[in-house]
Amino acid sequence: MDTLLPVASGSAAGPLTADELRELYSLMVAVRHLDTSAIAWQRQGIIPGYAPELGQEAAQVGSGYAVDTTRDFVFPTYREMGVARTMGVDMVAYMSTHKATWHGGLYNPMESRLAPIQAVVAGSVLHAVGWAHGQTLDKKDGVALTYFGDGASSQGDVHEAMNFAAVMKAPVVFFVQNNGWAISVPTERQVAGGSVAARAAGYGMPAQKIDGDDVVAVLEATRRAFAHARSGNGPVLIEAMTYRRGPHSTSDDPGRYRSLDEERDGAGTDPLERLRQRLLADGIADEAFFAEALAAAKAEEEQIRTGIQALGSRPGTEMFDLVFQETTPALQAQAANWREESEHV
Amino acid sequence: MSNSILESESASGNNTADNTADDTVTNPAGSEPATTVMSMQQALNRALDEVLAENPKAVIFGEDCGRLGGVFRITDGLQARHGAQRVFDTPLAESGILGMSVGLAMAGFHPIPEVQFDGFAYPAINQIVCQIARMNYRSRGTMPMPITLRVPSFGGIRAPEHHGESLEALFAHVPGLKVVSPSNPHEAYHLLKYAATRPDPVIFMEPKSRYWQKGEVDTARHDADGGSPTGAKVMREGRHLTLVAWGAMVARCLQVAELAAEDGIDIEVLDLRWLKPIDAEALAASVRKTRRAVVVHEAPLTSGLGAEVAQLITQSCFDTLRAPVERVTGFDVPYPSGDLEDEYIPNIDRILFGIQRVLEYKRG
Repeated sequence: MDTLLPVASGSAAGPLTADELRELYSLMVAVRHLDTSAIAWQRQGIIPGYAPELGQEAAQVGSGYAVDTTRDFVFPTYREMGVARTMGVDMVAYMSTHKATWHGGLYNPMESRLAPIQAVVAGSVLHAVGWAHGQTLDKKDGVALTYFGDGASSQGDVHEAMNFAAVMKAPVVFFVQNNGWAISVPTERQVAGGSVAARAAGYGMPAQKIDGDDVVAVLEATRRAFAHARSGNGPVLIEAMTYRRGPHSTSDDPGRYRSLDEERDGAGTDPLERLRQRLLADGIADEAFFAEALAAAKAEEEQIRTGIQALGSRPGTEMFDLVFQETTPALQAQAANWREESEHV
Repeated sequence: MSNSILESESASGNNTADNTADDTVTNPAGSEPATTVMSMQQALNRALDEVLAENPKAVIFGEDCGRLGGVFRITDGLQARHGAQRVFDTPLAESGILGMSVGLAMAGFHPIPEVQFDGFAYPAINQIVCQIARMNYRSRGTMPMPITLRVPSFGGIRAPEHHGESLEALFAHVPGLKVVSPSNPHEAYHLLKYAATRPDPVIFMEPKSRYWQKGEVDTARHDADGGSPTGAKVMREGRHLTLVAWGAMVARCLQVAELAAEDGIDIEVLDLRWLKPIDAEALAASVRKTRRAVVVHEAPLTSGLGAEVAQLITQSCFDTLRAPVERVTGFDVPYPSGDLEDEYIPNIDRILFGIQRVLEYKRG
């Protein structure tokens, strides 16, 4: 794999400790179990829809693990459940977006350091640049981590963001999860020039194309990228090569655009299984640990599901009250009409 | 007559003051200067200068805003005075400018971005509509978007294509945005200072054909009658008919009112100022009195803001209206070249014809 990212001296932390490796595994199991459960929730009618991230656990947990939530800020798309979980976001509040409770999710983005869930492909990449430039203006050392995919890399906003960030030397880590598919369109019909990472050279920005299914490689690369950006060296791009093993969403039917054989070939070895084999080989974890991690993941999922099922609709007044900080007479009049004519009051 | 509108306008109306900039007119009490004569460009520049001085989190940026001071010189000298961190040039990409504003707002800043010309707001529509307008909502009020987007707007300067657009209806239709347009230097100074201290996104539409017109600015007081800075303003009182306008059309309507007065028609001119939210009460108060109304705007007729204004008037004044509300507007055509723009922008004759239609309306 390409290693265009210079290793800033003294920047990357040392090798991962056994505790860190075990924690990465626990996180990946929790994410895997919640992710596959969410599909079941949808089939059971608990939630109307979901965008699974099956196969991207290493890319999400590994990168999210590098975030320092006391000073950094993360800009997700709609498929970063694993990042949110790794950052310690309240998962009932996060998953509420899939319950159709509130578009951005019910979690507090300022306190969580995770911007609201973003449905516009590439919509938040420029926000990361603005936030990061704010760090420069405030003489702070926070780094913005922005996620997008191979599909989003076609959007003009991504190119504007890379150019702005590079011109302004903004501390941004552009984290591309190249999962091979933008709904039904494969990467080879999406990304010209071989890779998204190759484009960084045009902006004078270091980039690294990594094995996105190797959680250790992802974490180490992301830590290097953070160190680079935090030291005032400007933005960095990481392209984590992974595979969307599931459908685009619970409404999608991959059978219409790819065969099961193609899926098997493209997906390679399961990232969770890869870490498991590594931990076993290195004597860092045993079957008892894996069983314990799975039991914890199941308990966690049950707790989240109970929370989601208990979640009622937001009061309709919020439709009106949350549009502005300073409301308008027209909006107040519409809210009054709604109250008067609504049966839900 | 239409050929001479621009010329006649620039030599009349509220621009009769001495042409020297910053002439101070002392008030009768002789204490503090009451008013200063300045152009709208100077008034906007002064407002931004004060906003930067008063709010350390205010930042101004866009294409050519820094060293050059903007193509219209609205940010002239601000980088030298406040530093290149507070007033800076960006790469040439409007979506980038507006998307960056969202992130800066999240980081606690008050971004005051500039889109160089109205037509260049189109490349940024995704960020304006899908992001700026919705982030407060999406984040449940935890991420306010105190973004003041300055847009040199409307036509009248013989500029190339995409330099004479009127986007108010487009912006006003978007939930989460507020829209305002000043009509003279005094309004420009106060409305910009007000807009740039709000916690919500405001699209500030500057009538570029009025940038160099001078007028008295009372920096100490916005509305002499203590009116709300979020409301409309009666610029001329009258009894027979209300002309509703905003931006550059206000001065033209004041001219029309003077001409109509020669024929004994007493016209009230209401400067709407805020295009969202629209001051429905001011519309009602004026038309209840005059019982007739004509809306004037540069934007195309169909689904223009005139339709919204007409509906608000009809709603509040249906029983007293003597005629349907008339609209005198641009046409449903792409904004034309300079040679034809006087045919497109409502001129004095067309406004007078609109008034005549209302005055001569017979029921049944």
